[in-house]
Amino acid sequence: MSKTMEPDLQSPLGGTHNEAAGKEWRHPSDNWLRGFILDNRAALGTLVVFIVMMAVFMIANPVVFTTWYLYSSVLTTLPVALFVVVPLVFVVTCGEIDLSFPATMGFASWVFALVVQAGYDPFLGIAAALLTGMLLGFLVGSLVVYGGLSSLIATLGMNFLLRGLIQIINEGKSTALTSLADSWAYKIFSSQLYGIPVQIFWAIGFVVLSALLYNRHRFGAQVKVVGDNPDSAQQMGIDVKRVRVKVFVFVGIGAAIAGTFSVMINFTWWPTAGDGYLLPVLASVFVGGTPTWGGIGTVVGGAIGAVTVSFIQTGVVAAGLSGFYVQFFNGLIIILSLLGHKWNQARYR
Amino acid sequence: MAEPIIELRDISKSYGQVYALGGVNLSVDRGEVVGLIGDNGAGKSTLIKILSGVVQPTSGEILVRGKPVTGWSAARSRDAGIETVFQDRALAVQQTIVRNIFMGRELTGWLGWLKVNKEIEEASRLMREIGFTSKVFTPHSIVGQLSGGERQGVAIARAIYKKAELIVLDEPTTALSLTETAKVFHFVRQVRASGRSILFIGHNIHHVFDIADRFVVLDRGKVALAADRSEVKSAEDLINFMEDVAHPGGLPGLHDANDAGRAAQ
Repeated sequence: MSKTMEPDLQSPLGGTHNEAAGKEWRHPSDNWLRGFILDNRAALGTLVVFIVMMAVFMIANPVVFTTWYLYSSVLTTLPVALFVVVPLVFVVTCGEIDLSFPATMGFASWVFALVVQAGYDPFLGIAAALLTGMLLGFLVGSLVVYGGLSSLIATLGMNFLLRGLIQIINEGKSTALTSLADSWAYKIFSSQLYGIPVQIFWAIGFVVLSALLYNRHRFGAQVKVVGDNPDSAQQMGIDVKRVRVKVFVFVGIGAAIAGTFSVMINFTWWPTAGDGYLLPVLASVFVGGTPTWGGIGTVVGGAIGAVTVSFIQTGVVAAGLSGFYVQFFNGLIIILSLLGHKWNQARYR
Repeated sequence: MAEPIIELRDISKSYGQVYALGGVNLSVDRGEVVGLIGDNGAGKSTLIKILSGVVQPTSGEILVRGKPVTGWSAARSRDAGIETVFQDRALAVQQTIVRNIFMGRELTGWLGWLKVNKEIEEASRLMREIGFTSKVFTPHSIVGQLSGGERQGVAIARAIYKKAELIVLDEPTTALSLTETAKVFHFVRQVRASGRSILFIGHNIHHVFDIADRFVVLDRGKVALAADRSEVKSAEDLINFMEDVAHPGGLPGLHDANDAGRAAQ
């Protein structure tokens, strides 16, 4: 009897064997806290940098840093940056860079301003701006991917080209949009709720959705794989070029939202809209812990990086130092963050 | 008895005036490990490219499960269940095991959101199936943390997930230590036990000898030897044979097992 049992027990695919071996691959949630810290160490590192920086500011000027006005002003402008920092994390993860987003911000918000100025509903303007952003993102992405150009140079060129186009047509003139103040769009996207600028809620929603897209969606999974090993991704049937174009379209969408929000804050569109965001936004991505070489990154880290960079500007001035210190502290935080992330991140290639 | 999964008949390939392959016959049966040995430039990589459909043969016939196939291509090769694992560029090393296994074929539900738990379950099952067990790693471990042999395991698990019937391993043990090689052999044996076939390519005869059921020695675009395991007494036999092929006149002092590597090169 025992003889007849034997083959079953020794069969390599027998049920008993699998049951016993089943214990050997642990589920990641078996040690979730350790896993969480390891998976998010870049973002957590950025958070530590931010907390230390804020503590220093608090000590330097306790009066200013305990008044709500300071935070309120940061929360008004921060969302604009967040809408472009987050898509840029995707681009950098994919192994590319996009320097054309400031011009896309200007271009999309110009379309928004034109639609509103013509007397249409601001919602229609937002839709038009989003469409413009998508088209420009697609244009820039196609140029880089299908044209086989270096994204660093090509997007820089597109930034100048689009900005130049805006300036040529508008001859440097701005557009005032006072009618915005009474619109529903303004109430929903740009008013205050219990003293908190409402745009920060939209920005947080955008960050959360994007973080899910990055970590829990096919799009994010493919962006990471393409940035990590495009040859392998290609061999496994991923349309590498399509994924690359998609990340540029995503930046276009983010830039359009950011541009529209910046116009709604000021009720005015300037031909230079978006220009000032180039360097702070790029700095935020890398301060946030996304490395330059592609394949990995962190959306939440990028968002915390944006918060950090926004507070440097406000904080240095509020702490009683002259504006000349802003650049110095910006640089200091960037360098310290990079050193921290280098030590924090194992590099596999 | 055994049914060939794929059969190459009289395959030739020339690039302009240069012959890469001149009339090669090769067949792989179900549940069999075939060792393909050859010098650099013997035509191994051309043969792999033809098998995976990347390169078209100049002449010859390809049969899948006994039936001739016309219009051989990468898609046909995939449909036939042939999956090639290249040594260096197979995996995305900064990603998790799960992300590598499901690369390009993510398990998604509504609107493309990943089914994270199902992926973990499925990955664990695949790894167990090829005999890759671990108490240290989880399916969410980064591939870069794994050893060379374990990485091959991930690549093999991915091929099995893609329903591969024939897995072509391109020099899977060339850069590996002995313990790591043993791991790869363990995976290969498990895959064979599950009824799948493996074409094991290498230039180290000792490596191939220990694992293969059949040997095919390629030399200057031709099959110099095709032998069953039972026909070859030892690895030294095979080495001597290859030396005779490489140096028909015979070089004194080279007939030494220790020179196996050099002879094979």
